[in-house]
Amino acid sequence: MTAQAPDNRTVSPPPTEARGSWIYDPKLRGILSQVIVVALLLWGFYEIIANTQANLKKLNQSFGFDFLSQASGFDLSTALVYFSSSSTYGRALWVGFLNTALVAVTGIFLTTILGFVIGVMRLSKNWVVSRFATLYIEIVRNIPLLLQIFIWYALVLKPLPGPKQALNIADSIFISNRGIIMPHPEFGDSTWIAILMLVAALIGTWGYRRWARKQQEQTGQARPVWLVSLPIIILSPIIGLALAGWPLTWDFPQLAGFNFKGGMTLVPEFIALLLALVIYTAAFIAENVRSGILAVSHGQTEAAHALGLDNGKTLRLVVIPQALRVIIPPMASQYLNLTKNSSLAVAIGYPDLMYAGGTVNNQSGKAIEVFSILLVVYLTTSLLTSLLMNWFNSRMKLVER
Amino acid sequence: MTAYVRTEDAPRLPAPANIVGWRAAIRERLFPTPLSGLASIIIGALLLWVIWTIVDWALLRAVFVAPDRTLCNVEGAGACWPVIQDKALQWVYGFYPIDQRWRVNLVYLMGAVSLAGLLIPRIPFKGWNALFFFVVYPIATFFLLLGGVFGLPYVETSQWGGLLVTLVLAVTAIVTSVPLGILLALGRRSEMPIVSLLSTIFIEVVRGVPLVLVLFMAANMFPLFMPPGVNPDKLLKAVVGMSLFASAYMAETIRGGLQAIPKGQYEASRALGLPYWKMMGLIVMPQALKIVIPGIVNNFIGLFKDTSLVTVVGIFDLLGIVQSGFNDAKWASAQTGNTGYFALAMIYWVFCFGMSRYSMYIERKLNTGHKR
Amino acid sequence: MKLIKNLALASVFGLAAAASAGAATLDDVKAKGVIDCGVSQGLIGFSNPDSNNNWSGLDVDFCKAVAAAVLGDATKVKYSPLNAKERFTALQSGAIDVLSRNSTWTMSRDTTLGLSFAGVTYYDGQGFLVPSKLGVKSALELGGASVCTQTGTTTELNLADYFKANKMEYKVVAFEKNEEVLKAYQEGRCDVFTTDQSGLYAERLKFTNPAEHVVLPEIISKEPLGPVVRQGDAQWFNIVRWTYFALLNAEELGVTSANVDQMKTSENPEIQRLLSVKVKNPDGTEADNDFGKGIGLGPDWAYNVIKQVGNYGEIFERNLGQSTDLKIARGENALWNQGGLQYAPPVR
Repeated sequence: MTAQAPDNRTVSPPPTEARGSWIYDPKLRGILSQVIVVALLLWGFYEIIANTQANLKKLNQSFGFDFLSQASGFDLSTALVYFSSSSTYGRALWVGFLNTALVAVTGIFLTTILGFVIGVMRLSKNWVVSRFATLYIEIVRNIPLLLQIFIWYALVLKPLPGPKQALNIADSIFISNRGIIMPHPEFGDSTWIAILMLVAALIGTWGYRRWARKQQEQTGQARPVWLVSLPIIILSPIIGLALAGWPLTWDFPQLAGFNFKGGMTLVPEFIALLLALVIYTAAFIAENVRSGILAVSHGQTEAAHALGLDNGKTLRLVVIPQALRVIIPPMASQYLNLTKNSSLAVAIGYPDLMYAGGTVNNQSGKAIEVFSILLVVYLTTSLLTSLLMNWFNSRMKLVER
Repeated sequence: MTAYVRTEDAPRLPAPANIVGWRAAIRERLFPTPLSGLASIIIGALLLWVIWTIVDWALLRAVFVAPDRTLCNVEGAGACWPVIQDKALQWVYGFYPIDQRWRVNLVYLMGAVSLAGLLIPRIPFKGWNALFFFVVYPIATFFLLLGGVFGLPYVETSQWGGLLVTLVLAVTAIVTSVPLGILLALGRRSEMPIVSLLSTIFIEVVRGVPLVLVLFMAANMFPLFMPPGVNPDKLLKAVVGMSLFASAYMAETIRGGLQAIPKGQYEASRALGLPYWKMMGLIVMPQALKIVIPGIVNNFIGLFKDTSLVTVVGIFDLLGIVQSGFNDAKWASAQTGNTGYFALAMIYWVFCFGMSRYSMYIERKLNTGHKR
Repeated sequence: MKLIKNLALASVFGLAAAASAGAATLDDVKAKGVIDCGVSQGLIGFSNPDSNNNWSGLDVDFCKAVAAAVLGDATKVKYSPLNAKERFTALQSGAIDVLSRNSTWTMSRDTTLGLSFAGVTYYDGQGFLVPSKLGVKSALELGGASVCTQTGTTTELNLADYFKANKMEYKVVAFEKNEEVLKAYQEGRCDVFTTDQSGLYAERLKFTNPAEHVVLPEIISKEPLGPVVRQGDAQWFNIVRWTYFALLNAEELGVTSANVDQMKTSENPEIQRLLSVKVKNPDGTEADNDFGKGIGLGPDWAYNVIKQVGNYGEIFERNLGQSTDLKIARGENALWNQGGLQYAPPVR
């Protein structure tokens, strides 16, 4: 082989001629095929636009977003901001977005906790605990989410009594098939004192934490961080409220006729949707957590024990920080899944963005406009979430030498 | 040798009672520490309570034989199983004409046999079988189910329903998403900037929106984009929506496999003078696909579960047909819905759990080559 | 996103798109040999499938009547079950040729959706259904109640108006699918179920215990329900509209599916015109009486409708009347000369 190599070099003609024709030039071919792709795409877009225009014209419709300022005429069962039938279509979409955000944020928070718990349980040496976690994961993962939402909705509604026989907790929280009705805090003008106190407490504890860490690095003395900062954070706004003369009043719900008046309500649709989303997503997160923890080599645990760290500290200071690097990337996509899956709310009538969009589309007939708004909102949300998680991920990354 | 050194082994004593036997096992596994013991008791009690509730409802208080709803419609009755018996055929065939149901059976049978041939490693002729399953079978199914040729009466898709629609959706999406996913994954990693940009945009847009939105848009907007008068079938729109959605996810899974192939493989095949498609088809793809088979099967499981979402756009898949049955005046009772959902959950679970077990099995089987 | 941007650009600069005229619906239907008809997903008395997917009801019979008029065969109908949300889009997009799905005629639907209502096949009004154990006698006692309804309907809008006008508070619980609404109401999620009154009677039949629910006397809205077609196809609009008028005229003239063959020999000029019977003069000459031509159909159009489907009275009686479980009285839906609102212009 080696002997022949120089021969080859001399015998073979110059490469440009070897290709023969320009058709075989990879660069040219690349450009050509891209031009074809772009041309096809432009043609496709032109066709779609032309067809859409023709169709719209046939229907005596025009494209435009001014319908957003028209009165909607319908009500929504639950809204975080004021909404009534005389609010606009645009407002309806905004209410829908806020409801989606509410479900997504609470869902992500709760599912993370549940997922971690189940994931750790699955690795437990306790037979009952680990079997329970396995059972949970295998059942929940293999049933469609939509079906689970329906099941939870039925399970949430069925056992709950009507509003007149509502479960009464201390005359302030009522649980019935109208939802969970709770007292609603109303803050007076001087609440700012309490907020100021809270901010001061947060800054103070942050400073203390830095100081404590420095102390530990210098002297090796560990100072209690949570034991000190938690009471400060909790107590300071309360003291602030007391100083301001309790500007806080509670709007208690009261049974009036058919329903409760006052207070704030978590509707059963929200509860069912949240339960289903949290329980479903937690099964996937638990698997991520498990594989993350398993990915941390056992030597790390042994080394930590050898250094005299107890079990809790080993988990918290050695295993989890390393496991997180493995856990976070798939976690991000689970969070995105949960947010996207919250659109299944349409099936049980929780007015999320998808539901509001569908209703607005139906009452206004502006399919293209409404669905493009939904598309943009969901895409932006996904993009922002993944950017945020990427940033978090890069912060947690192993700093390698 | 001194006298005080023993020359023979001391007689063996039995191990202490607390480290062998069932008591020790229980202690070791259930009550190693007080906290763990408490967890065992609480979770064990919870588990027993759940199991008891289900058994009580599904067996003890259940109604097994009844001509209509009257027996199920009493206070305290459990599951109403006769509903399932009455509706079972509708769940499997939808509204498919009764005298034509042999066509559905034939499709089920062909699918089952061919799939078994593909999935069981010992059966030979994998290549032919794959050709049959991925090319011949879908075409045959199309003509067999729809009819209108070879003297078969035409059965429009609005008469399909239940498991048939679920399987048609799932299988079509599975069969189309793999090749589309491969193309998209190659496109995204392509050196041609425009192709790579377009593939990336497509993948990210589709992955960024919920499937329900994709289905809604396919159902509502697709016809607006078509030339006036052209209107695709409702089921077809859903199938196209699902396939596009699935291919974007598939593309990302396959891209993961492509990235795991060492650069040397690409360089070596280039050095051998292989052109792009030969390099991909003969060297890179076989290795990449082998790595991502578990991921692909996981995608299939997700896809199968996601077919239930077409219910929301008014297609009677398995979930849709079960729900529509709740409204039947003959069977409407407080327990009809629960019984339907329970049975449905079991059906879906069997399918998905089966797939996931198979995925684990194949993962173990394929993993051998990579262990060093 | 690119698409939306392009669309916006295109509309701003008025880029003339090659707008193909699109074939007329009549030609389409004749070529297909079948009418695509949008119906509900199951409403007893209007459009309801049995377990073999055979559809029946007033709205279904209207589809059949159009098929009989256009294709001469009432069975040449393909039913698309649609939910409230997708129905108008389906019609706009051309997925269906006629929408006969208890849809209310409103100004905005008639003008801005690009659709036209061809007539009122059923005069309805929105009512309330409550469990009798609540002891409610009037809708005005419903302040604070939770109300179950379907989204994307006029029901949802009327409900908001009614409670607002009477200064009552309420909580709406709205679902995509009718089944979900019924299920939620029966499980006690809300106190009241509202829809068109005919619908209340129909849905009550499906309840586990129909006797425990009462329909309140108030009717809070006008709900003229009728078939809908796309705007801009005058011929097709006329066909659908005059099929409806033919049903009414037939009832008024006493022509039924049973006697339509005898009626062909009737001397009544009105009947002769309706059935396009050639007029025989005493001198042996004949004169054409073909009104089908005006709508692009053959002379047998009305005969086929009446022969195969029956007149309006027959359709009503068969699907909603005293012989059915619904037992709905004719009321506003009686002919104009019997104290109702159903009135058709003459065929002449």
